[in-house]
Amino acid sequence: MMLIPCPWCGPRNEIEFHYGGQADVRCPADPQAVSDEDWATFLFFRDNPKGVFTERWSHVAGCRRWFTVRRDTDSNRVLPSEGTQQARTVTT
Amino acid sequence: MAEPYAESPLATYTDVLERSSVRGQLRIAEEPFLAQVTVRVDPKSPAAERVGTALGGMLPNQSGEVVLAGDLTVLWLGPDEWLVVGPEGRDRDVQERVTAALDGEHGAVVDVSANRTVLSVTGPRARDLLNKGCALDLHPRAFESNRCAQTMLARAGVILVRRDAEAPSFWLLVRSSFARYLADWLVDAAEEYRSGGGEP
Amino acid sequence: MSNEFRLADGGRIDRDRPVRFDFEGQQLQGYAGDTLASALLANGVHRVATSNKYGRPRGIMAAGAEEPNALVQVEAPFPEPMLPATTVEVRDGLQASGLPGKGRLATEEDPARYDTMHTHCDVLVVGAGPAGLAAALSAARSGARVIVADADTEFGGSLLGSGQTLDGRAATDWVRRTTAELAEHPEVRLLPRTTVFGYYEDNYLVALEHRGDDASSRQRIWRMRAREVVLATGAHERPLVFSGNDRPGIMLAGSARTYVNRYAVLPGRRAVVFTTNDSAYAAAIDLHDAGVEIVAVVDAREVVSTYWASLCVERGIRIHASTGVVSTSGTDRITSAHLSSLGPEGNHPTSVRQVVTCDLLLVSGGWNPAVHLHSQARGSVRFAEDIGAFVPDGTDQAARSAGAVTGVLATGKCLTSGAEAGRDAARAAGFDAELARVPDSKHAPILAARHLWVVPGSGDSDGTTQFVDLARDATVADVRRAVAAGMDNVEHVKRYTTIGTAHDQGKTSGTLSTGVIAEVLGVGVGELGTTTFRAPYTPVTFAALAGRERGDLYDPVRVTAMHDWHVEQGALFENVGQWKRPWYYPHSGEDMETAVLRECYAVRSGVGMQDVSTLGKIDVQGPDAAEFLDLVYTNKMSTLKVGRIRYGLMCTADGMVFDDGTVTRTAEHRYLISTTSGGAANVLAHLEDWLQTEWTHLRVHLTSVTEHWATIALVGPESRQVLADVAPELDVDNDGFGFMTWQEGNVAGVHARVCRISFSGELAFEINVPWWYGREVWEVLMAGGRPYGITPYGTETMHVLRAEKGFPIVGQDTDGTITPHDLGMSWAVSKKKDDFLGKRSFSRPDTARTDRKHLVGLLPEDTNLVLPEGAQIVEQPELGEPPVPMLGHVTSSYRSAVLGSGFALAVVKGGRDRVGETLYSPVGDRPVPVTVTEPVFYDKEGARRDG
Ligand SMILES: [Zn+2]
Repeated sequence: MMLIPCPWCGPRNEIEFHYGGQADVRCPADPQAVSDEDWATFLFFRDNPKGVFTERWSHVAGCRRWFTVRRDTDSNRVLPSEGTQQARTVTT
Repeated sequence: MAEPYAESPLATYTDVLERSSVRGQLRIAEEPFLAQVTVRVDPKSPAAERVGTALGGMLPNQSGEVVLAGDLTVLWLGPDEWLVVGPEGRDRDVQERVTAALDGEHGAVVDVSANRTVLSVTGPRARDLLNKGCALDLHPRAFESNRCAQTMLARAGVILVRRDAEAPSFWLLVRSSFARYLADWLVDAAEEYRSGGGEP
Repeated sequence: MSNEFRLADGGRIDRDRPVRFDFEGQQLQGYAGDTLASALLANGVHRVATSNKYGRPRGIMAAGAEEPNALVQVEAPFPEPMLPATTVEVRDGLQASGLPGKGRLATEEDPARYDTMHTHCDVLVVGAGPAGLAAALSAARSGARVIVADADTEFGGSLLGSGQTLDGRAATDWVRRTTAELAEHPEVRLLPRTTVFGYYEDNYLVALEHRGDDASSRQRIWRMRAREVVLATGAHERPLVFSGNDRPGIMLAGSARTYVNRYAVLPGRRAVVFTTNDSAYAAAIDLHDAGVEIVAVVDAREVVSTYWASLCVERGIRIHASTGVVSTSGTDRITSAHLSSLGPEGNHPTSVRQVVTCDLLLVSGGWNPAVHLHSQARGSVRFAEDIGAFVPDGTDQAARSAGAVTGVLATGKCLTSGAEAGRDAARAAGFDAELARVPDSKHAPILAARHLWVVPGSGDSDGTTQFVDLARDATVADVRRAVAAGMDNVEHVKRYTTIGTAHDQGKTSGTLSTGVIAEVLGVGVGELGTTTFRAPYTPVTFAALAGRERGDLYDPVRVTAMHDWHVEQGALFENVGQWKRPWYYPHSGEDMETAVLRECYAVRSGVGMQDVSTLGKIDVQGPDAAEFLDLVYTNKMSTLKVGRIRYGLMCTADGMVFDDGTVTRTAEHRYLISTTSGGAANVLAHLEDWLQTEWTHLRVHLTSVTEHWATIALVGPESRQVLADVAPELDVDNDGFGFMTWQEGNVAGVHARVCRISFSGELAFEINVPWWYGREVWEVLMAGGRPYGITPYGTETMHVLRAEKGFPIVGQDTDGTITPHDLGMSWAVSKKKDDFLGKRSFSRPDTARTDRKHLVGLLPEDTNLVLPEGAQIVEQPELGEPPVPMLGHVTSSYRSAVLGSGFALAVVKGGRDRVGETLYSPVGDRPVPVTVTEPVFYDKEGARRDG
């Protein structure tokens, strides 16, 4: 049971959260202007590293805020030095 | 036409909850019909200050903080979200005061009085009972009086408020549709205190 | 023969509390404080079980959870399969039998309760032996919140069975005083009978407490979050591998010592002790002093300890150096051990043999630190040459190991390392901790051990009776076969041979098997390492893991304000997510089909009423609410006027239908949107996601208000009259109360919001009142509608009525691969808006294909037939050879009262271009003909909407 550090409520058990996948996948500012390929990349393509991954979580059982953490997918440790912050992008 | 009949989510549970209480150890009861109003406003805005003044105390700005203002209890639910809890019937007054205080600034005021009901769990066994289904650290060193948290109790989302006066005392604010589930769970979990066989 | 092998005094059993139990039909007596194993041994019972693969007799090898052999099936007080006799407490009425290989699950329901407790602490100490107790003392005195958990019935660990002294007094005195002091600290929680079986991320540990058959919960799962952890999990003695090393009467030396000192039981009369290290000598001395004849101490080393040798000489015990036990005789019990001189390490043994008669053979191949929890938490281990076993070597968790688990075997060192670990842990948790004083202990100098894996010269050259894992009946021959098959690492050999996969998770066999594999491969043990340690450390029942979450509390049951009314009326319920929704209300003697036809007819011809409170409701407020809703719905919501309602579809960015519902504009900057019953939480999370991360400039707040409102759908041509009767203040005329508008006013004396929306094509009103008044208003409407034959209806009727109108249900007729265009709902997709979620995806090549699956209607040619939902649609009446091309499938299917036939909705490739065609659906073993139609079956003109 990982502890996920909600920037507002503090560390809580992972079951209080909803996982939102890779962070910083920006929705194109004008979707109509991008190519089909670029649009598909935004929709469907995500990194899956073994190691440090910047990802989004939402504290659904608490304050409902979306935020970003950096986690080592190998050790499942959230990197504390990086801190957490409000999420900046959506991932569908 | 006669006054319409209002029924709280746990109206039929009064006796069941009473029976699962243990004198001097644990008391579980519904506090029905409390007024509840959700308030959203930018905490750094002048409007937030005006809202605080209108409610008779500043809006709490620390995570999990609870502010008592007269007969109102203001719960911090998020960085720009509060729940104002008051006696039955105060919902309209609270909405009007907050709306007036916002004075057209962006915010939100929503009557959610019937959205959740309130269970009070009181007594020396309260903490153990809740920790059977709640993963938060409820030790007084970690969760003091007048703190609140939105979390899970068993499989239901709750707003947990610590309100100790003399004995340990908690409020559980639970969605009305989950109220019976939660009451059934509490009654089941309290069984060991009733039979007197349990270790703390 | 009652307690023939029980010593006249001593031990930690309570001789004032005899208990009677039944083992395989024999009535036996033990004492409170006995395990089943110690009580059996006291009664001279050695053969307990039969091995799982070869059916060999097996006895009691250990005195704790590491027992690989003595598995029993407990029959009473409650049937439990496969428990080691060494961990079962004897109590009156216990009934057990030895296992012939496999256990048997209980067939009757378990009457016991199980529960869970969450807890937090500053320092969690796992294990209450000398190191654990010393650690707890250092930590507790600092005022830290400390939990001490130990699997045993009492604290003390190895001190309970070793008979040693501390500060010149019995070590058990120190245990008692320490435990008493710990119990006095208000912030200390002592958990005996509690096995910490799992160690997970962020110092989350899970333990199982055995609370007893009479406790309010028989077992309790502790879910513990610790700031700091001290692992004082001790070590397990390692057996030795030789021919016939599995017979009853062969026992780990330390365990035999425990049986003598702790349980006052003689595990035999005439013993041979076979060891590679000093620790077995203490057992030999203790057993001798208790009256066991020690025929020989067989030591694999060339040079033995002078300290122990002199103690043996004093007692007339003969030591055979450079010697090993290579095989044994006996059937139900060992009768003799066969000795052979081993020669120096690395040399071949000589063939000198000697047969020694005995009824007990003690073995000690050294000690394996119990690194299981450390490893579960992804700590690394290293091979320690001095003890020939793996020890903890660093961890990323806030944890430290102390005592025997670190490879330290002398009691004094265990105490000191424990006290230090407890102090350090408390300090790391922010407490001002001091080192607790540890008692003085005397210990002999320790002479280096000889690491022996397979004893050279063992009797059977093929290794088929040299057992490496007794629980799995896996032998040296199996290991050789695995290596011969090309396996050269322990994980592969484990899977090939099943070594380490039994109930005991290889506690005695793990390091041993690595040693044997290394020997066969000719590499160093340290190079091979260990297999991965996984939770649980000891077996845990599913009942304990489930705890309270079973039966009615398995999952929350969500109910509406009107739920009791539905129950009273005999409704049957359907699960929709966690909600219980009335499915249909059968009259007596009605089956579902009859009831639903009656309910449908009532709604289409008169008036019906449905509880629709479960629909999700979200309050949307803010100056940019209109712009926000334009972005999340496919159609335009900003043009909606206050007082009006619009149906809307939501898509995800990939263009697939995500949810649907109504949008009610309640004020210039305020809307109330509805969602599907099951989708409410997901929709809110989805909207918050976009609002918080992409559209941060939008000034909008969302509030879930689902349960604030009880919602009643009043539906049918007579609904207007019923409403008029109970809400005289409302203007219910078609002109005054148009379709897709709402009004506020009193309904049955309660302030309500009434909406004119319809999900059936009939004239309909949706009445919203605060939850508290739901039942009252429902009953008043029921009473008011009685003259019109008002009929309550459930979800099944609702489904039929909407399907007759071709209204899809998101999640039933869609599955995340369906666009609004696929549904034929292009009318709900704005062409004017610059952007909204999903828009860009509609022009992706795949989404723009014309041969996508479309929602269509299907009418079976056999009007009596109701197609099964999920049935496939094919082109031809003959299926032909597979693969048969599939055109789509039935998503909804019912019998219609107004059509007088079965009908269905389906998604079919290019379906809209096939209207009028005959396709086939395999039902049972034959494809039946169906006609493709428009999805709207009833009142295509919409004439009934206004009543
Ligand atoms: Zn939070």
